[in-house]
Amino acid sequence: MLFRIIKKEDFKTFVNLMLQTTEVIAPKFIKNNAKGKPIHQFLPISNYDEMVLDYEKCEFSAKTYFLPYKNTLSTFHMKDHDWTQEIQYRIQPRAIFGLHPCDINALVRLDKVFARDFYPNPYYISRRKNTFIVGIDHLPCDDGFCHAINANHITHGFDLFLTDLGDRYFVKINSDRAFMAISEVPIQEITDEDTKDYLAVRKQISQSYKVSVKTDDLPNLLDIEFESKVWKKWGDKCLNCGTCAMVCPTCYCYGVTERVSMDHSTGKKIAYLYSCNLLDFAMVAGGHNFRPNQETRLKYRYYHQHRGFVESYGEPMCVGCNRCGRSCLAGIDPVNVIRDLHEEEKL
Amino acid sequence: MKYLFMESKRPKVAVFDFTDCEGCELQFANKEETLVDFLKAIDIVNFREVMSEKSDEYDIAFIEGSISRADEIERLLTIRQKAKFLIALGSCACFGGVNRMKNKFPMSDVNKEVYGETPKETLPVRSIKELVHVDFEIPGCPVSKAEVERIVQHIIWEVPYQFPVYPVCFECKQRFTICRFELGELCLGPVSAGGCDAPCPAGGTPCWGCRGICAAPNFQEFFNLAKERGFSKEEVIERMDFFGGFRSVTGSK
Ligand code: SF4
Ligand code: SF4
Ligand code: SF4
Ligand code: SF4
Ligand code: SF4
Repeated sequence: MLFRIIKKEDFKTFVNLMLQTTEVIAPKFIKNNAKGKPIHQFLPISNYDEMVLDYEKCEFSAKTYFLPYKNTLSTFHMKDHDWTQEIQYRIQPRAIFGLHPCDINALVRLDKVFARDFYPNPYYISRRKNTFIVGIDHLPCDDGFCHAINANHITHGFDLFLTDLGDRYFVKINSDRAFMAISEVPIQEITDEDTKDYLAVRKQISQSYKVSVKTDDLPNLLDIEFESKVWKKWGDKCLNCGTCAMVCPTCYCYGVTERVSMDHSTGKKIAYLYSCNLLDFAMVAGGHNFRPNQETRLKYRYYHQHRGFVESYGEPMCVGCNRCGRSCLAGIDPVNVIRDLHEEEKL
Repeated sequence: MKYLFMESKRPKVAVFDFTDCEGCELQFANKEETLVDFLKAIDIVNFREVMSEKSDEYDIAFIEGSISRADEIERLLTIRQKAKFLIALGSCACFGGVNRMKNKFPMSDVNKEVYGETPKETLPVRSIKELVHVDFEIPGCPVSKAEVERIVQHIIWEVPYQFPVYPVCFECKQRFTICRFELGELCLGPVSAGGCDAPCPAGGTPCWGCRGICAAPNFQEFFNLAKERGFSKEEVIERMDFFGGFRSVTGSK
């Protein structure tokens, strides 16, 4: 990794240069909510001024740019009692600006599943490789617990990472392509003063986390609390809506379906993201449902995030962004669920 | 034409309207990019809104609208006898629809309100399944043509089709739509049947539940969360009664 300084006006030139050749996704201001708080979303932008880098959090993660809600896996052309299959992995290159550390760590989790496991997923890999990632440090959001789950630092999985030093950015350059790209505009070596300012910002960030919750012993705790009343308490509130999994940067469960064109000449195999909270998630052929109760379904979402994933990949899948908690209309949020489990254990 | 060795049947289809706005049948002519193929896949033999010829020979009858007069009952019974397969099309046919709101008042009052001194014969509104056996229901006000196509494919080619079990929120989130609750509005999305692709919240109005209740609704929590955000139970119930699909919860007629 290389460290450099880039002046803000040069960074603007960098973004505008990138816009000439590449689709750029960045946090964009949409409107204020009823309480007057600004809402931002990761959306394509057409010029630098649409990008808001000092945003608090996007309710929707950037997951859809890697795992689309609906993705055509293959297309079948049927003709004269025969058929051919067409598969498209290629996508146009893209850049995503403004990802926070939790978002980058979420991609690193997804990499483990879709790029580094026994069955690499070419659809994911092509999107991942063709997406230039520019992350940014920020003062902690109000409700995230990334620091409590060790997802607030990034070590890999991005191209550039910025820390705002007022009139300039401290830049971590983490790939050859990032170095090539940023070298198109003036960048400077780090001075002692830059290092001092950088460390001050980092210190301020690390002292500003607002939410505390203990997560290191969670896999163990979950084993013990499988029959806990906590699941009924929160499960009774669940609306079975799948909102949590849709906004989560790491939830990746999907189903596969087929669609036929109305003229009967083509068919499509489509992967669609689904959620373990939905009624028929564990429904099998013949109509048997392995998880007919909503509290069981809610429980298994937590088990996958905080226990099953740890078993397979050595760390929780959850990166503590609390998007699920913030979007859940029933007010089911991981921090309070986990705190309740700790309370149960004390009894 | 074959799909997985299944021969297409090109069934004879008739479309009938009762008490409604004809918005659903208009959807038949929508989605131009596949309209020609849609019309090739079925054989429309009776459809007042688009053709003058009429035939009484049909396999599938689409029924649009609710029932609000004695002569409509007669007509519906005759259609049921002729059709091998009867599909209720749209929220009016499935639940009674917007028309059903009149059931809250005495018939003489509504008659007077609408027709003044020249009253017409009228009955409390009923959905199709309250009068005859219905083989398939396609809710929506209006129905989505994409869903109609898939159900037609299901019937004629036996392509599997299942109504989604999730509420409107699930698809709403996939569109990056800002939640109407976050904007201070009441939305029925969390308890309404999804599958419409959540066009209303995306278009700037909350969901009014035109497709009826989702497969696993949590009404207790829904009334709760609405109340926490300042919407009374009465207000929620009034909203739920708009399309008539929530009568099992609201207890309305
Ligand atoms: S936990 Fe919340 S967001 Fe998730 S399915 Fe249940 S009600 Fe919906
Ligand atoms: S489970 Fe919730 S807190 Fe954890 S990564 Fe997903 S959305 Fe964020
Ligand atoms: S369901 Fe709606 S669109 Fe369809 S006929 Fe009734 S009122 Fe019209
Ligand atoms: S706008 Fe309505 S449908 Fe969409 S997420 Fe919010 S409550 Fe659900
Ligand atoms: S969002 Fe609600 S009101 Fe709108 S079409 Fe869907 S179910 Fe009907």
